Amino acid sequence: MLNQDQQLISETAQRYSREVLAPGAAAREKAQAIEPEVFEGLAGMGLLGMTVSPDWDGAGADYVSYAAALMAVAEGDGAVSTVMSVHNAPFCAILERYGSPAQKDAVLRPGARGEFIGAFALTESHAGSDASALRTRAVAKSGGYVINGSKQFITSGKIGKYVIVFAVTDPQNPKRGISAFLVPTDAKGYSVSKIEHKLGQKASDTCSLNFDDLEVSAENLIGAEGEGYRIALSSLEIGRIGIASQSVGMAQAALDAAVRYAAERKSFGKSLLEHQAVSFRLVDAKTRLEAARQLVFSAARMKDAGVPCLDQACMAKLFASEAAEAVCSAAIQTFGGYGYVEDFPVERIYRDVRVCQIYEGTSDIQKIIIGRSLSA
Amino acid sequence: MDFGLSEDQLAYQQAARDFARGELAPHAAEWDAKSEFPIETIRRAGELGFCGIYTPEALGGLGLSRLDASVILEELAAGCTSTTAYITIHNMATWMVATFAQPGVRENWVPRLARGEALGSYCLTEPGAGSDAASIKTRADKRDGRYVLNGGKAFISGAGATDLLVVFARTGAPGAKGISTFAVPADSKGIRFGKREHKMGWNSQPTRTIAFDDVEIDGGHRLGAEGEGFSIAMKGLDGGRINIATCSVGTAQAALDRAQEHLNSRKQFGQMLSQFQALQFRLADMVTELVSARQMVRLAAWKLDTGSPDATTYCAMAKRFATDVGFEVANQALQLHGGYGYSREFPLERHVRDSRVHQILEGTNEIMRVIVARAVLREGATEDLR
Ligand SMILES: Cc1cc2nc3c(=O)[nH]c(=O)nc-3n(C[C@H](O)[C@H](O)[C@H](O)COP(=O)(O)OP(=O)(O)OC[C@H]3O[C@@H](n4cnc5c(N)ncnc54)[C@H](O)[C@@H]3O)c2cc1C
Ligand SMILES: Cc1cc2nc3c(=O)[nH]c(=O)nc-3n(C[C@H](O)[C@H](O)[C@H](O)COP(=O)(O)OP(=O)(O)OC[C@H]3O[C@@H](n4cnc5c(N)ncnc54)[C@H](O)[C@@H]3O)c2cc1C
Repeated sequence: MLNQDQQLISETAQRYSREVLAPGAAAREKAQAIEPEVFEGLAGMGLLGMTVSPDWDGAGADYVSYAAALMAVAEGDGAVSTVMSVHNAPFCAILERYGSPAQKDAVLRPGARGEFIGAFALTESHAGSDASALRTRAVAKSGGYVINGSKQFITSGKIGKYVIVFAVTDPQNPKRGISAFLVPTDAKGYSVSKIEHKLGQKASDTCSLNFDDLEVSAENLIGAEGEGYRIALSSLEIGRIGIASQSVGMAQAALDAAVRYAAERKSFGKSLLEHQAVSFRLVDAKTRLEAARQLVFSAARMKDAGVPCLDQACMAKLFASEAAEAVCSAAIQTFGGYGYVEDFPVERIYRDVRVCQIYEGTSDIQKIIIGRSLSA
Repeated sequence: MDFGLSEDQLAYQQAARDFARGELAPHAAEWDAKSEFPIETIRRAGELGFCGIYTPEALGGLGLSRLDASVILEELAAGCTSTTAYITIHNMATWMVATFAQPGVRENWVPRLARGEALGSYCLTEPGAGSDAASIKTRADKRDGRYVLNGGKAFISGAGATDLLVVFARTGAPGAKGISTFAVPADSKGIRFGKREHKMGWNSQPTRTIAFDDVEIDGGHRLGAEGEGFSIAMKGLDGGRINIATCSVGTAQAALDRAQEHLNSRKQFGQMLSQFQALQFRLADMVTELVSARQMVRLAAWKLDTGSPDATTYCAMAKRFATDVGFEVANQALQLHGGYGYSREFPLERHVRDSRVHQILEGTNEIMRVIVARAVLREGATEDLR
């Protein structure tokens, strides 16, 4: 059960989602872009910088509210939910925890007010699941650093104003040789070399980035030199609760559409819902989705209580993202041929939700982490 | 019992593989991205006989069996699922005209269809009648020895780009017995094609609605007898289901090939992906299920070839099983590619999009279960169906 504050946030986000996000989702996909008004709308509700303390101009919401808001936004448009998710955590979460006072003043504050979008650049072409194998280099030089290398699959690499970039500062020391940098995307040497064409979430730009003698000053180092890997991992709990929430939201939208359709459409003289196979399949979908939602909220509650919850967050992400694909596939099937065409939203939602099993650690990677607790 | 392919089958398989690698696979991504219907390529497939694989030789086809067709079509599907799926529908329509048309229409159309010079569509589904195909409302009313067609069809593959429509319409009372079949030239007066559907996959072939407004059909264009239409539709679909199941097997094989290559070439955590047991087992399951699906499809094809009384049941079982397995294998192959699987630069996401519809059309997989359940519940059926 949500408390009153959480309920209010959830309902506000849901209304916005219903009225603005869902009706525009197909057009956003076609345009491969999110209109600026959407970010203004999200910012207006405090959803960009949600869990950041009011001291830094954030909304100071708890994690249950955050999960509920992401579910609501994802119900309307999965691609928007991804941008929101990355902006909140890792981007804002890292700055709040590790940023210097100057970084917080200059970047976290406007970021938490939702005045721009932030990005997080860890993955490289040969370093995905194994994020410690980075090759992007940052070399110290006269009071600053020069960054060279490239990144792959970076959400908001194009629309973002700042990117947290992970680069190797000490090649001798694989894990402790990585540092995090706050990089403005208008810096000289920063370029987007490719925007990925992908299965879904087309309104969200997924970019290959190139750093060509990109210079940043020492003030742009986040935390200490060599602290990068720890910083990258620090926001995993909340990041994974986020993806799990998105999964639940998207699946909910598909399920609702399927249930409405099944009640109206007739075959063999009955409504589809009156065919036991159709109704049982939707019941299974509803049950799995509810289990996923509860798992997500339980992880968020642990996080709110200050209890370490990485396992719970990984389980939520693993279960919710897989359940969500199954639910969306069931929704397509319920629509028959109409599930395969874009007149109805379910085929898009299926394509959008599919990546939830891949980014922020694939399902296998969740299992590796959860597996550690088996032998602990 | 011999599970091997004959020398002839191996030769056809090789020819189809060469065609798929040379003419289909290199263009599949582009056809998908641009929604381009590659008619010229389909005609070249026709020159090799692939547009009338199980149409009699006397009418310009290859005169091969359904089993042979499955061997050929599997190879083509591995090159381009969507284009091959259209070719299978064309084969089905061609076979129907060859089998049920009156001599004039047959001699006029079948040789051209079999060579791919003319293309066909199969027009059964209507906006309000999909799974329950016997409830179609399009009417063909008899007037002075001709029929006048009124109504509309939905989701017709190839529509707008094909030359001959095999149309199912009501000539009698409600229900399956009141339906007849017609071969209708696509340029007949009174036919209008709707907009091209935007679909998740199968983008290399158009799917459109068709509206019939007082379309006059010569009596000689009826296929089979009046009232025989539904049974003709279902006979066509027995083979159609094997074909679609085959397209799933071919697509899954292409996805499996890619996944295996990827596991053997990508390193994470200092090891080849192929060294992680979870991934090894996943690939093992994929190949196991794919091989079972292929064998199931070939068994069903053989049942159809030999006129076995349970052929329809086997076709339904094969279609249900192979299309589920095919989708799952493609989907796992996507997952094994991580972020690259989600990108259009790799074919995995296309394989997933293309094979998803196989679980829906030519009878949804629920309708397959309706057919199989009806058969297996009959007395003694568990003994017969083995
Ligand atoms: C749309 C999209 C948005 C993204 N946004 C961002 C972003 O904003 N910032 C960012 O840094 N990254 C982002 N990513 C990258 C994403 O996090 C990676 O794609 C993901 O971590 C997987 O890495 P990979 O693609 O290299 O796959 P790989 O690591 O190559 O994995 C391939 C397969 O091997 C499996 N595997 C790997 N290692 C093991 C193992 N040890 N045991 C068992 N199985 C294993 C995986 O589960 C997977 O199935 C995004 C990706 C996408 C598709
Ligand atoms: C890309 C594409 C190409 C196509 N090409 C052709 C073509 O060339 N020619 C043609 O004639 N048609 C074509 N079709 C139509 C296709 O065959 C139908 O979409 C399909 O038969 C399902 O019908 P429907 O869409 O009306 O779904 P519905 O019949 O409305 O079914 C909706 C859902 O209810 C389920 N359901 C229905 N009845 C029952 C029941 N009794 N018990 C349990 N579950 C039930 C179905 O399985 C499905 O999951 C095509 C469709 C697509 C998407």
